[in-house]
Amino acid sequence: MDPLVQAKNLTKYFPVEKGPLSGIFKKQDEVVHAVDDISFHIDQGEVFSLVGETGSGKTTTGRLLLRAIEPTSGEVFFEGRNILDLYANEMRSIRREMQIIFQDPYASLNPRMRIIDIVSEPLEVFSLADRRDKREKVIEVLKNVGLGSEDYLDRHPHEFSGGQRQRIGIARAIALKPKFIVADEPVSALDMSVRSEILNLLIDLRDQFGLTYLFIAHDLSVVNYISDRVGVMYVGKLLETSNCDDLFNEPLHPYTKALLNAIPVPDPVTRREKLKIEGSIPSPIDPPKGCRFHTRCPFKKEACSRDEPPLVYMGDGRFVACHEYE
Amino acid sequence: MDKTILKVQELKTHFFTSYGTVKAVDGVDFHLERGETLGLVSLSIMRLIPDPPGKIIAGKILFDDTNLLDLTDEEMRKIRGAKIAMSFQDPMTYLNPVKKVGEQVAEAILLHQDIIKEDAKEKTVNIMELVGIPSAGSRYNDYPHQFSGGMRQRIMIAIALSCNPDILIADEPTTNLDVLVQDQILELIKELQRNLNTSIIMITHDLGVVAEVSDRVAVMYAGKVVEIADVMDLFKEPLHPYTQGLLNSIPIIGAEKKRLSSIGGVVPNLIDPMPGCVFEPRCPKAMESCKTRPIMKEINGRIVACHLYE
Repeated sequence: MDPLVQAKNLTKYFPVEKGPLSGIFKKQDEVVHAVDDISFHIDQGEVFSLVGETGSGKTTTGRLLLRAIEPTSGEVFFEGRNILDLYANEMRSIRREMQIIFQDPYASLNPRMRIIDIVSEPLEVFSLADRRDKREKVIEVLKNVGLGSEDYLDRHPHEFSGGQRQRIGIARAIALKPKFIVADEPVSALDMSVRSEILNLLIDLRDQFGLTYLFIAHDLSVVNYISDRVGVMYVGKLLETSNCDDLFNEPLHPYTKALLNAIPVPDPVTRREKLKIEGSIPSPIDPPKGCRFHTRCPFKKEACSRDEPPLVYMGDGRFVACHEYE
Repeated sequence: MDKTILKVQELKTHFFTSYGTVKAVDGVDFHLERGETLGLVSLSIMRLIPDPPGKIIAGKILFDDTNLLDLTDEEMRKIRGAKIAMSFQDPMTYLNPVKKVGEQVAEAILLHQDIIKEDAKEKTVNIMELVGIPSAGSRYNDYPHQFSGGMRQRIMIAIALSCNPDILIADEPTTNLDVLVQDQILELIKELQRNLNTSIIMITHDLGVVAEVSDRVAVMYAGKVVEIADVMDLFKEPLHPYTQGLLNSIPIIGAEKKRLSSIGGVVPNLIDPMPGCVFEPRCPKAMESCKTRPIMKEINGRIVACHLYE
């Protein structure tokens, strides 16, 4: 079976904002290498997670898959069709099938809209609800996220807690019964005690509606809990993709090892030996030559600063881009 | 020398707002020993230094046997920053964006120590090196926006440590940082503590961070401390149902993947808390006696406020 979503050599460069004097001081146009030639697929019914530090290109990748932004080059396939070739009217019908859940439930809901209007908006855009059956349909959707009470409909977002707001954001995303949802850091703005509720809800919805998720997160314990497969990103590159259990039990790429090693474990007995990683993530405007991680890698070899390692197949559906494994 | 450096007794801090009185801290007791790290786990409701709308209603904060609440503003200024220093969660809000970073670190030194500007600059560069800022001498003249998030947090710690305080209060020092940078900052805090023997109060909601750095932990809920324990005991055998709920609701890597449990309900409104145990409405083990407020009690060397253990 074809994968539901597939990215091939996907690349996105953002031009660096030019000031009035940049013609004088800069020799050439600079670009941010947000996403740089990455390929992966997401199977039907799967939770595929992208992890990586701030600025590694996770969110840009999510937006590219939804065609919310146009790539610099590369292809995105949805159910076997290259969506970048589609005209606006064809794209519109595909947009019904793909939705997004945002990170910040305080910023992603319009404070002046009532809950009924927020959740019914996607339905109205596709003429699936009118004034008469709107209330009924919205209650039906809200029931799926555990907010199925008539009382909630006419309230505004500020009357809800952070966890409830994120439920409203999820309700809006599932209102059209999509096939594919990009969940961009859906729990990182929430309190610890609420996170588990939202994670459980996302899993229940997948089972109930056969959803497929691209799950974007930087919290590895959350990723470990929810994912089937995981891709590790670093400065616009995909360094490793693997099924979730193997990745956490036996990470291959040194960067993945460092990430896993750095997580504080909520168990004081296992204060462990550390893998020392110095410095911070390099600038995506002028990314390091060769392997992008070589400037911080404790296992660096000579080839690493010269040649970029290709993503090679390691068996069991695992890929890694590191000279150590060639 | 007395082992206890800071003792907080029956502290109540209320905020007077137009909606009513917010009982942010409502009768809190704990102590801090020299050179130890105390983790405070709370859902963002801990403030030791009150702002204008807030007022300390009752209680004592004993620092080396002096009650800080009896001091005049003048006397308190000499302790704040010099003896007890605080680093904040969001360095970009806390640092002055139009002032050189080095000058911001030097400011505290000039204020509290009787030295001339040139010496203060030298001292500042030393502290910046101590907290791991590369080529500190030249970065002295940079502005906050030229630093990365992790480096800004290092600057905050440098300011807090600039006068060799006895106590460092670190408020969510790693919350907005990526995991590799978080690791670097936690290592830095541990190392500084080993070298300088500072006592640290670490305020955080991340149980992983707590387990990593703390010696003892105080768990707060709705303005009250509900449990205080040695970090090993707390994670091995949490006593209070709230602590148990917290530990069961976090995903743990390597543990068997089972459905996460959650506490359910929401944190109570602090304006009008109920007369009984603050956790009673969400507690799976609530009993009739929970309608009256439990007090902190020592049970087999552990301290917990819960009727289950009476």
